[in-house]
Formats: sequence, structure tokens, C-alpha cells
Amino acid sequence: MARTPADLVRAEPDPPFEITFDGRTVTALPGQSVAAALWAAGILAWRTTRHGGRPRGAFCGIGQCYDCLATVNGEPNRRACLVPARPGDAITTQEGHGHAGLAV
Amino acid sequence: MPGSPSEPYDLVVIGAGPAGLAGAVTAARLGLSVAVVDAAAQTGGQYFRHPAPGLGAARPQALHHDWPAFAELRGRFEASGAAHLAGHHVWAVTRQDEEMWSVHALVGEDSGAVGSGTGSAEVSGSPSGGGTGSDGEGRTHEGFSAERERPVRLQARAVLFATGAGERHLPFPGWTLPGVVGAGGAQAMLKSGLVLPGQRVVVAGSGPLLLAVASSLAAAGAHVPEVAEASGYLGYARRPRALAANPHKLLEAAVHGTALLRHRIPLRTRSAVTAVHGTDRVEAVTVSRLDRDWRALPGTGRRIACDALAVGHGLAPQTELATGLGCATRRTPDGTHALVLDGLQETSVPGLWAAGETGGTGGWQLARTEGELAGIAVAARLRALPALTRSRRVRDLARRRDRMRAFAEAMVAAHAPGPGWTAWLDDDTDVCRCEEVTAGSIRDAVTALGARDARTVKLLTRAGMGWCQGRMCGAAVACLAASGTAQGTVPPSADRRPLAVPVPLGALAALPEEPGHA
Repeated sequence: MARTPADLVRAEPDPPFEITFDGRTVTALPGQSVAAALWAAGILAWRTTRHGGRPRGAFCGIGQCYDCLATVNGEPNRRACLVPARPGDAITTQEGHGHAGLAV
Repeated sequence: MPGSPSEPYDLVVIGAGPAGLAGAVTAARLGLSVAVVDAAAQTGGQYFRHPAPGLGAARPQALHHDWPAFAELRGRFEASGAAHLAGHHVWAVTRQDEEMWSVHALVGEDSGAVGSGTGSAEVSGSPSGGGTGSDGEGRTHEGFSAERERPVRLQARAVLFATGAGERHLPFPGWTLPGVVGAGGAQAMLKSGLVLPGQRVVVAGSGPLLLAVASSLAAAGAHVPEVAEASGYLGYARRPRALAANPHKLLEAAVHGTALLRHRIPLRTRSAVTAVHGTDRVEAVTVSRLDRDWRALPGTGRRIACDALAVGHGLAPQTELATGLGCATRRTPDGTHALVLDGLQETSVPGLWAAGETGGTGGWQLARTEGELAGIAVAARLRALPALTRSRRVRDLARRRDRMRAFAEAMVAAHAPGPGWTAWLDDDTDVCRCEEVTAGSIRDAVTALGARDARTVKLLTRAGMGWCQGRMCGAAVACLAASGTAQGTVPPSADRRPLAVPVPLGALAALPEEPGHA
């Protein structure tokens, strides 16, 4: 029986690269979305809600629920399940609507 | 070149899953210029989602036992001459004039297609009649972030909606905790990103997808302590003719059943997750036995330790682009809405066709069959060759479609949610995930303020008014609203959204005026 998803499909990925999540280094594989790279590191939440401040992460996995919004390289409201991870990406937990710095 | 960007296409197909690819291949073979637009970077749709090339998956078929059939269809599509416009998020289709439709899309990085080497940005850079915000070199005219989002308008003499289905969700206490993911979502993340939401993943909800999800999660290394199916499977036995006529479906069920046995995964029917435990992420779930109406039986709750829950309650056709144009819908046996189609897959609006899950969920083989039928029908119309639709092939396809459709309707009926699920909710349960609207507020709107439908509840509470526009909570809100009416349950209203995805105002402002609407 396969131990990992990569074993299951006999994946031989291109060389991995690093991104950061709230300053912590996370390893990502080429072709993974930001959400997939975070899941692979055991991270399930990268947003807090506007009213309750509750943690959220990927839910629908296909770009429909907008629960996985993250701040990517300073830009808020990116759907982590769709945005491809790129070397050096800085992912930060999005608080509320993500525009606190703009005071709107 | 067929479908040269400066010219209108004969047919624009929306969706690159089995229905869309089959429709495109068929229409192209019959001489039409065809473009297939899809939000994803690769063809396949949701069912045949597969890892990006960079992940180097040598055996994608390990996640798809039907992979050879898809590879064959994809091969024919790539050789067909039809254009594949990847990374296009279609947000509206509008009527340009009596003979032309406009398909409006955003192209951007959230599509996952930028820099993926598909060449789609080049193909779509200056489509049909202009109106884009970019010159194709990454510079902008209209103040967009060119890398992020760029509007594109395609012209089409006919449109085929092959937009598939989304997962239907019902809320329950704790369903917003990180680690609770859609069953289809877990499957999608696994198929595309080769990742799991946790090590011990309970699978719950209703519908045949659960078996497929459990078996692939287990094959990929997750421990699945249990599959909780809210319905029984007796519903199938009430439609013996539909079952007997669809042996491939029995085979599929046997494949998944065998996988569950091999991984020692118990399948509990008439059971549901009625609570999720944990503070910042899933630590355990409570599975309760249900009665026939999906009410939890008191005292039957069992706590199961896990670090993730994959949950879904069947699929709901994605019809919003079509209903925005006035296409008629019908209520399916499980309370969703699907497009009304004629024998040749045309919607109630002439010039607009649909294939696959948009006409009711039914699986990829039905989708492929309907796509081919639609491709023939579109070619017959545009080329004024009605004889094309009287061929033996069309009769065979129609017969196969009717047989598979009958099974699909029996299947969804067997998994239709019972009215008792609303009793799972406590007043603090968030029903609308985006706007954080609780069941208590919605019940207040119904009982104290007299709301009787989802729209009124939305206006009073903001449920369904957030980013997802009610895609996650719509079915639940409609059921809760109906609890105040005499009939108890009314179907959720068919989706009507003028914009199918969020669109920056800049993209709207940059639209050219269309001749018919000046």
C-alpha cells in the first residue's frame, strides 16, 4: 500500500523550493497551489474571519468558497487553492478583509 | 486557422471536462471553429483533475481508474484543432445580437495557468473584437494588475455550457473548523496537489462520491476510520430497472466497495457527523445514527478521534451562466436545479446547449455522451445540415444518454437529504461561512421576522451575501427558510447571479459597448 500521495502516483517532481508562511519556511513542489504546499506542511488555517476572528483555510478546494483567502506577497484576498506556489513567495495569515493596513 | 482570435468562434465551450472536450472534438470534426474555455490550467474538469506537470506523476491513473478513457479523449481533443483557453474564469455570457453571443472571462494568476506553458495567454490575448485590458505583453491599458486579472471577451455563434457541478454542503456544529473540508475538495487537492488534509480523515455526508473519496484518501496513505453515509442504500433497490440497465455503475460501486474492504474502512449508513470537536482545528467528530428523515437518534453519538473530516452532500449543477440568460431549469429528485434540455441537449434558449452535470449530475460517461450529442446538434444547426441529427450514431447516443440519465436520477433520489438535518444545528452554528451568520439569526429571521424564502433571509441577515455568493450555504438557508412554511421544505431557488465570479469594477468599465446594447 502506498504511504504518501506521491508514492501512489510514483511522482518524481521537479526540484522543491521554499516559500514562507508567517515567516516560517515551508517547502513546496512545482505545480502545487499555495494551499497544497501549506497542507503538505500540516498547516490548515491561513485566514481569520472578519467578525469572529476565527481561523479558516481551504474548504471547497476548487476556488468556489473563498474560505482559503490568503495574503500572498502583500496582496490580500488571493485564493490559495488556485494560486500556484512560486519560489520565495511570502504567505501571511490574512486578518479580516485583509485591508487593515489601508484603514478601510 | 480555425478559431483565429480575430474571428468569432462558431462554438465556445465553457468547461474542459469530459462533456466539454467531447462536445469540442465532435464539433471540430464536423467543421466548426471551436474554443474551450476553462478556469483550470489543464483539461479534465473536476473528475479528471490531475497533478501539474511539475509534480512528475508517472502513474496519474492510480487516482483514476477510468484514466485511459480520459487520456484517449484528451488525445483526440489535442488533435482536433479546437483551441484550449486555460485559466479563463468566465463570469458572464451575454447576447450580442441575434446571431452572436459574448463570453466574458477574466484571465489571471488565480487561474493557475499563468506561466504554465500552455500558451493560452498568447491565444487569448486579443480575441475577437478587442475589449481586453492588456496588449498581451503584460502591460495594461486600463489600470489592471496585468499579471493578476485581465478581461477577455470571446464571440461565439453558439455556446455549450459544460460547467459541471459543485459540491452541495449542509452545515453542522463545528463545520467551519480548519480540517473540515469538502469531500470533493479533499479529492481535488489530492488529485492536483498530491496532498492530504490530515492523517486520520473521517469521510461523511451523502452520495456515491463519498466511497470514491474514501478509497482514494486511503490509497494515498490516509487512515480513514469510518465513512458515514446519511442515507441508506436501499433507495437503489427501488429502481431495479435503472440499475440493471447500467452495469458499469454496479462495477464502479464494486470497485469502491472492494477498496473500502481492503483498507478495512467501515461504511455506516443512516449516520452523520453531528458535531466536530476542537478549538482551532479538528480533533474529533461525533457520528450519530439517523432516522429515515435524517434526524439524529438521541444517545447514539460516538466520538471518533481524527484530524480531518471530508464531508459533502451530493453535487449541485452549476447553472448560473445559463440561468442568467433565461435558460429554464427543473428540480432534480434531490432538490437541486438542473437545466431543462431537449433531446439534442439544447437549452430552452435557442443557440445555447448544455452537456454533463449542468443538466443533472450523472457522472463522466453520461457527460461525454451528452457532449458528443451536443457537438453534433450544434454543427447541424450552424451548418444547416439537419440530417446530421438523424444518424444512427445520434440514435445510439440518445439511447445511451437516456439509460444513464435514468440511473442518475434514481441515484440522486436515493441520497436526497431528509428534512431532519436542520435539527443538527445549534443556534451558534455558522450557516453562512462568509458572513458568519448563525443558525440562530436565520431562525430569528424566519420565526420572529416572517422570512419565508432564502432571499428574504439574505436581506435580513446577510446569509449568502459574502464572497461565495451563497454557493456554500444556499441549500441550507433555503431549507431553514422553508421550515417556517406549511409545506416544510421548498426547493432552493435556481441560482441567478448576474456575475458568476467576482469581477473587478475596472474589468466591467473596460468592456466595449456591444452593438445591441448601445
